[in-house]
Amino acid sequence: MRKNFGPTSIIRGVSLAVHKGERHAIIGPNGAGKSTLFNLISGRFAPSSGSIKLKGREIAGLPAYQINRRGLSRSFQVTNIFPRLSVYENIRCAVLWSLGHRYSFWRSADKLRDANELTEKTLEQIKMAARRHTPAGVLTYAEQRALEIGITIASGADVLMLDEPTAGMSRSETENAVELIRSVSRGKTLVVVEHDMGVVFNLADRISVLVYGEIIATDVPARIRENQAVQAAYLGTA
Amino acid sequence: MNDGSPTTVPPTALIGVQLRWWEKYKFWLIAAALLVVLPHIPGLSSGYGRSLLSQMGITAVFALSFNLLLGQTGLLSFGHAVYFGLGAYAAIHLLRAVNGGLPIPIPLVPLAGAAAGLVFGIIFGSVTTKKAGTIFALITLGVVELVYAASFMLHGIFGGDEGVSANRTGGPRLLGLTFGPQIQIYYVIAFWAFVSAVLMYAFMRTPVGRLCNAVRDNPERAEFIGYNPQRVRFIVFAVAGMFAGLAGGLLAINYEIVSAESVGALRSAQVLLAAYIGGIGHFIGPIIGAAVLVWLQVNLSDYTSAWLLYFGLFFMAVVLFAPGGLAGLIMMHAPIVRTRAFWGVLASYAVALVPAAIMLVGAVLLIEMNYRLSTQPELGARMKLFWVDLDAATPWPWVTAVVLLAAGFYVFRKTWRFVAAAWTRALDEAKARFAGGTSP
Amino acid sequence: MIEVFVSSLLNGVVYGLLLFMLSSGLTLIFSMMGVLNIAHAGVFMLGAYITYQIGKYAGFWVALMLAPVLCGLIGAAIERYGLRFVPNRKSHVPEILFTFGLLYLIEELVVMIWGRNPIPATVPEALDFPLFTLFGTSYPAYKAFMMAVSIGMFVSLYVALKRTRIGLVIQAALTHPQMVAALGHNVPSVYVLVFALGSALAGLAGAIGGFTWLTAPTLAFTVGPIVFVIVIVGGLGSLAGALIASMLIGILQTFAVVVDYSLRDLFAALGVTVSPSSPLYELYSIKVAQTAPVIPYLLLVLMLIVRPRGLLGTRDA
Repeated sequence: MRKNFGPTSIIRGVSLAVHKGERHAIIGPNGAGKSTLFNLISGRFAPSSGSIKLKGREIAGLPAYQINRRGLSRSFQVTNIFPRLSVYENIRCAVLWSLGHRYSFWRSADKLRDANELTEKTLEQIKMAARRHTPAGVLTYAEQRALEIGITIASGADVLMLDEPTAGMSRSETENAVELIRSVSRGKTLVVVEHDMGVVFNLADRISVLVYGEIIATDVPARIRENQAVQAAYLGTA
Repeated sequence: MNDGSPTTVPPTALIGVQLRWWEKYKFWLIAAALLVVLPHIPGLSSGYGRSLLSQMGITAVFALSFNLLLGQTGLLSFGHAVYFGLGAYAAIHLLRAVNGGLPIPIPLVPLAGAAAGLVFGIIFGSVTTKKAGTIFALITLGVVELVYAASFMLHGIFGGDEGVSANRTGGPRLLGLTFGPQIQIYYVIAFWAFVSAVLMYAFMRTPVGRLCNAVRDNPERAEFIGYNPQRVRFIVFAVAGMFAGLAGGLLAINYEIVSAESVGALRSAQVLLAAYIGGIGHFIGPIIGAAVLVWLQVNLSDYTSAWLLYFGLFFMAVVLFAPGGLAGLIMMHAPIVRTRAFWGVLASYAVALVPAAIMLVGAVLLIEMNYRLSTQPELGARMKLFWVDLDAATPWPWVTAVVLLAAGFYVFRKTWRFVAAAWTRALDEAKARFAGGTSP
Repeated sequence: MIEVFVSSLLNGVVYGLLLFMLSSGLTLIFSMMGVLNIAHAGVFMLGAYITYQIGKYAGFWVALMLAPVLCGLIGAAIERYGLRFVPNRKSHVPEILFTFGLLYLIEELVVMIWGRNPIPATVPEALDFPLFTLFGTSYPAYKAFMMAVSIGMFVSLYVALKRTRIGLVIQAALTHPQMVAALGHNVPSVYVLVFALGSALAGLAGAIGGFTWLTAPTLAFTVGPIVFVIVIVGGLGSLAGALIASMLIGILQTFAVVVDYSLRDLFAALGVTVSPSSPLYELYSIKVAQTAPVIPYLLLVLMLIVRPRGLLGTRDA
C-alpha cells in the first residue's frame, strides 16, 4: 500500500499481515508514518494505491464509519472524545451502533437496558465508574486517555487499534494502562503503535518496524531485538 | 451546563431508585399548569395579553426547533424560516379547504404545517446537510433566498404581495367552540407548544438525539464509533423542519393570513436571535429567548424607531459577553444559589446596576436624538425623552448624553471589582460546602 | 439577434466583474482566516455612502481614494476591537454570529447618519461620457473603468497571495496559527491586515459600483447573499473560482433578463398546449426573465448537488 500527500510520499509500499487474535505492535522513529498507517487502515483517509483487507474483505477507500461497523475500532494519539458529554454518555454513544440501535428515535436511550449495562461494564473496565457524570472536557489527562480507550473498546469490536495509548503517562499510569490493554484485548486482535519499548516487548506477540514509510522487519520480539537493520535504524546498537 | 442531557441525573432504572412519576416530571407539570393559568392572570387576561402569549408560544416552538440544529447539533442555519413559512402556507391552504367544507377540526390544522415542514425538511435537507459548519450556514442562506424569491413567482400558492388568507372560525364546531376568540386559539397553541416541547425533549434523549450531541462535539469521532455524521444531521434537520412547520401552522391559525415574509431571511434571523439570546446550551433557553424577543418586538417598537438597533446591540452583547444567553446567565448561578454569600452577589449586582443604568440612559439619548434628526426630521428637533423635554438642535442634550455615557461607563467598570469579589466569596463557600459532605 | 447577444454579453461581463469586486474581499478574508464576514456587504454599503458623502465636498476622485482607506480602517477596527474578543472561536459559529450582528449595526448606523431614504448617488461626472458605441447603444466610460479596476483587483490579489512572502504567511497562519507565531510572525497583526485589506476592497467596490444598485440602507441585504453564493460556487480558497463564478452569474442573469419566454412557450413550440386548469400551469408560465433574481441560488443548489466543493475549490471547509 502507498500513500502520497501531494508530491510527498509518506507510505512507500507497506505490506503487513496481522493474524487473528494476535497482539501486533508497530514501532518506528518519529515521522516514519505510523499514525498515517493507522489513519489509512481505519478509514480516515484512503490509500493512494494498494489494498487493505479486513477479515478477508476489502476496506480501502471505505468511509470510517463503515469500517468501524465491520468490527475495527481505533483510539487516537491526541485525545478525541466528546467534551461536552459526560463520561457515561461518551461510552454509551460508542455502544449504540454495535447493539443495533442505529438511528432509532422511538425509545429513550435511558431505557435501553443492553446499552446501559454494556456502558456500566465498560466503565468498570476502565475504572471510571466514579466519574461517570463528569463532563469529559474537564477530566484530567490520564482520565481522558482512559476514556479514549474506553470509547474504543466499548463497542466490542474484535479488531482494536490503539495509537500510542500510553503517551504522556507516568510509570505507574503506564503499568495500569498496559494491564487494561491486556485485559480488554483478550480474545481480540490488537494492533498498537507505541514508543515505550517496555510496553511493546511486554505486550506484543509480533512487532513490525516502520521506517520512512516502509516496513523493514516483522517478527517476534526476541528476534526483532537482535535484528541488525532494526538496531541500526531505530533501537541503536547496544 | 447542558442541552437536555441532565448529566447529574443517573438513569433511574439502573440504580434502583424509583422516583414517583410526579417527581420525575415535575418541571413539565409546572409548565403545563403555567400554560393553563397564564392567560387568566391580571395583566395578561386582556385580548392584547392573550395575543402576546399566543405569539410567544408560536415563536417558542419555532425557536426550540431551531435549537435542535444549533445548540444540539452545532448546525447554524440562516434559513430555518423556509420550513416555518412553507408549513404556514400548507396550513393556511388547508384552512381554506376547511372553509370550503373539508371537515377537519381547526385544532388539527397545524398538523398540515408539520407535514409540510417534514417533507421539505427531507427534500432540502438531502442537499443542505451534505456539508457542515460555515458552508452549511451559507447553503441555508442560499435556500431561503431561493424560496423567498420563488414565492413571488408562484402567485397561486403564495398569494403574491397580499399573501393567502383564510377564516379560522369557518370550520366544524368542536364542543361549541368557534375558535374566534383569542383565548380559544391560545389554548390550541399552548397545547401544541407543550406537545412539541415534550416531543423535542424526548427526541434528544433517544439514541439519534444523543448522537446529535456527539456529532456536535466531535463529528470525526462519531464516525469512528460507527455513525455517519451526515445521516445524523439529515435526520435532525428533517425533525427540526417538522416542528418549524408546526409552528408555522400555529401562525396560520392565529393570524389567518400568511405572506412571503414567513419564508424570508428576516424571519430566519429573528428566530436565530431569539434562540441565541435565550441561550442555546439549555433546553429552556430558546423558550426564554422567544418570550423576551416577542415582548421586546411588540413593545419596543411603540416607543422608539431605533428598536432594531437596540436588538442588534443586545444581540452583540450576548455574543461577546454572555454566549450562553439568558439561560446560561441564570444557570451560572446554580452552584452558588444556596450559599449565604449569594445575597452578597445580588447586592453587588445592585451596586453595579446604578452606573450601568446611567450609562445606558446616555447611550439611549444619543441614539434617539440621532434617529429623530435623520429619520423623522419632519417632526422637528423637540422631543421628550425619559420624561424630559429637550431640543435636539441645541448642544446641551448632546453634551449631557455624552457625559452620562462616559461617566456611567467609568464608574461601572470600577464596580466590576466588587462583583468579582462577591463571586469569589460565594464560590469559595460553595466549594467548602461541597467538600464538607453535603449533597451536591 | 446578434446585437442582443453581444450587448448582453458585454453587460454580463461588466456585471460579473462588478460582482467579483464585491466578493474579492470576502474571498480573501474567508480563504485566509476561515471567518465568514457577514458584515462584508455592510462595509461595501459604507463604501458607497462614504464615497457619496466625501464626493459632495471634495469630488469623486478624492472620495475614490479615501473611501477604501476608511473602510480598511473600519475593517481593522472590527478585527482588533471586536472579532478578537469573541469567545470560543474554534467552532466559527460565534464569529459568524458576531459579524451577523455587526451587519445589523452597520445598517442601523447608516440609517442613523443618512436616514432611511435612498440617497441620490449617481455616476461621477468625470466618467459619465460614452466611450464607444456598439450597435446603436453607447457604452459609458464608467463601465470600462469598473472593468479595469476589477481586473486590476484580481491580478494584484493573485500576485500578492501566491507570490509574496506575506501571502504565504497568511495562508499558513490560517491552519497553523501557533506554529506561524512560533516562527516569529505576528499572527494577530496578520489577521488585522487581512481583515483590513478585505474591507478596503469592499470599500473600493462600494465606491465604484455602489451607484449600480439603489443606494439605500437595504443595499447590504440585497447584495449580501449573492456574494456568499459566489464564494461557495467558486470554491473555497480560490480567487480564480470566485472570478469565474461571478462571471457565470453575471452573464447568466443578464442573458436571462432578455429571454421573454417560458416553459409554456417551449411546450407550444413542440406542439403541446398547457391549459390554465392544469396544476403546474403557473410554474410553466414563468418567463425566464422573471427567474433572473433566483439564478444565483439555483446555481448554488445545483453546484451543491453536483460538485459540493465548488468550481475550483481547493479544500473543504
